[in-house]
Amino acid sequence: MSDTTLGAPAPAQSPDLLVRLAVPLLALLLVLVFPLALDIFRLGLVAKYLSLAFCAVGIVLCWGYGGILSLGQGIFFGLGSYCMAMFLKLEGAGAADSSSGTALSAFYGSKLPDFMVWNSLEKLPWWWEPFHSVWFTLAAVLILPALVAFPLAYANFRKRVGGVYFSIITLAFASILSIMIIGQQGYTGGINGITDFKTFVGFDLDAPRAKYVLYFVTVALLIGCVLVARFIVRSRLGRILVAIRDREDRVRFSGYDPALFKAFIFACAAVFSGIGGAMFTLQVGLASPSLVGIVPSIEMVICAAVGGRLSPVGAVYGTLLVGFAKIFFSENFVDFWLYFIGALFIIVVMFLPTGLAGLLERLRGAAGRTPS
Amino acid sequence: MSDVILAVEDLTVSFDGFKAVDGLNFYVEKDELHVVIGPNGAGKTTLLDMICGKTKPSSGSIRFKDLDLTGMIEYQITRAGVGRKFQTPSVYEDLSVEDNLEISYPKQRNVLGSLFFRRDRDLREKLQSVSDAVYLRESLPVKAGFLSHGQKQWLEIGMLLMQDPELLLLDEPVAGMSQRERELTAELLGRISRGRSTVVIEHDMGFVRSIAHKVTVLHQGKKLAEGSMEQVQNDPRVIDVYLGH
Repeated sequence: MSDTTLGAPAPAQSPDLLVRLAVPLLALLLVLVFPLALDIFRLGLVAKYLSLAFCAVGIVLCWGYGGILSLGQGIFFGLGSYCMAMFLKLEGAGAADSSSGTALSAFYGSKLPDFMVWNSLEKLPWWWEPFHSVWFTLAAVLILPALVAFPLAYANFRKRVGGVYFSIITLAFASILSIMIIGQQGYTGGINGITDFKTFVGFDLDAPRAKYVLYFVTVALLIGCVLVARFIVRSRLGRILVAIRDREDRVRFSGYDPALFKAFIFACAAVFSGIGGAMFTLQVGLASPSLVGIVPSIEMVICAAVGGRLSPVGAVYGTLLVGFAKIFFSENFVDFWLYFIGALFIIVVMFLPTGLAGLLERLRGAAGRTPS
Repeated sequence: MSDVILAVEDLTVSFDGFKAVDGLNFYVEKDELHVVIGPNGAGKTTLLDMICGKTKPSSGSIRFKDLDLTGMIEYQITRAGVGRKFQTPSVYEDLSVEDNLEISYPKQRNVLGSLFFRRDRDLREKLQSVSDAVYLRESLPVKAGFLSHGQKQWLEIGMLLMQDPELLLLDEPVAGMSQRERELTAELLGRISRGRSTVVIEHDMGFVRSIAHKVTVLHQGKKLAEGSMEQVQNDPRVIDVYLGH
């Protein structure tokens, strides 16, 4: 701070400090600034984007480090989201006779979720049964995405299918899953998704207090994921991933099985996305096929790219930035706001291939090279 | 022939009918430095590719100690103790020299092991001794992409030393090096090939003379001659197809 010899703020200090303080700053922003400065509606919007940020952090791991561009993170977001939705729906339906049950299920006098009643289902499908249990649901949110992601990725990578071909496969899977959900209306709620939740293990989801609690849980989980991602990136495994990204053939001759490492990091990204999906459903009160398909999956990649695909914490900033841009543009330019988002992506890809984090890094590099 | 560590027998590979290697028999003894020479397209690199698993042979067998390498895939062959250096230097350019060497350290090569990997004293000592051996001690923190061509060659040799293979396969280790670098590399190869078997492909005859225990000449996928450097150099067939012009 005493550096005033040049009559200008020391250039080397500020970017350097920003890089080091990226995570604490984020925590401060999310834990103090947003809850104090924003009303509950706006905070809900932040919470929604924070749920998507889980996916972006995962994309940093598998795309930025593993070189696997997944255009289907919506699959895993959707799995987490639907697991949670099934539990919430069953809790609502189970409480049909009591006062906390939904009006509809009380009206129909059935313990089935409302959309099943409309689709004339007589009996709960067997695979819905375990979602009566909250513990099973929480475990499924964490494990199911990995259980789907790992074999899918390993089978492809073992056969040395990678690069753009794998991206297309993920894209196709995202598309298939959303079509399947829409088609199986009786089991999944179809195009309307699953909605109208009342309680989560007895807590009223509409109470402001629940909203704040869920918001803070999301923040804690998200920062946890960022720290886990950072640990992975800085471990030997992180360096092996970089080696695989740049020279997969060579890594085999260093004695590694690249397919296993790539499948692992892909599964990690899937688990993060699943957590995000579950938190999304709890806070927004919806699980929808529109969040599973191609469009949201690509949006998540945009968020990661804006933040910087080599920086886990950057991905969160990127998602928030894209989120705010979306809110701002959609409120002010109702008809063509989507073009602005597209333009943002093009600008980032063309001029900032390493995103915000890369910009900061470049400033730091430039400052570092100037002799003091 | 009791000390044969690598036995290649009746090895053939054809690419769309073209036989790059054709019924080749090739043996490497323990602690031997064996140089393979031959004109372009003789099948030298293809031979190394088949030994290390990069290319699958059409027929024949490759035995390393008591393992049949033809049924194994690349990383298994590497773990069994075969190290390969490629013709164009293949290092991880986005990683530092130190990380390049560390990745090649043959411990904890599974997912969880590498996630919780911590450098121990053994590794630190090895990093120092290997970086010394390949003249890169000063460059440990440098990104490998910034090294000169010759230094990348050395780094790749260093990565192999970290692996500590019993059989070392080197494809043109002095290609693109200055005269001074060639001398240093010859000295380096002399040192590191002690206590292990080495197969080297090389075109530089002066360099071959300075390092080889035994020379095999390949021509059109077949063995043309084999023996000491003098024997091979005076073989009229070798002079005809390779050395003469």
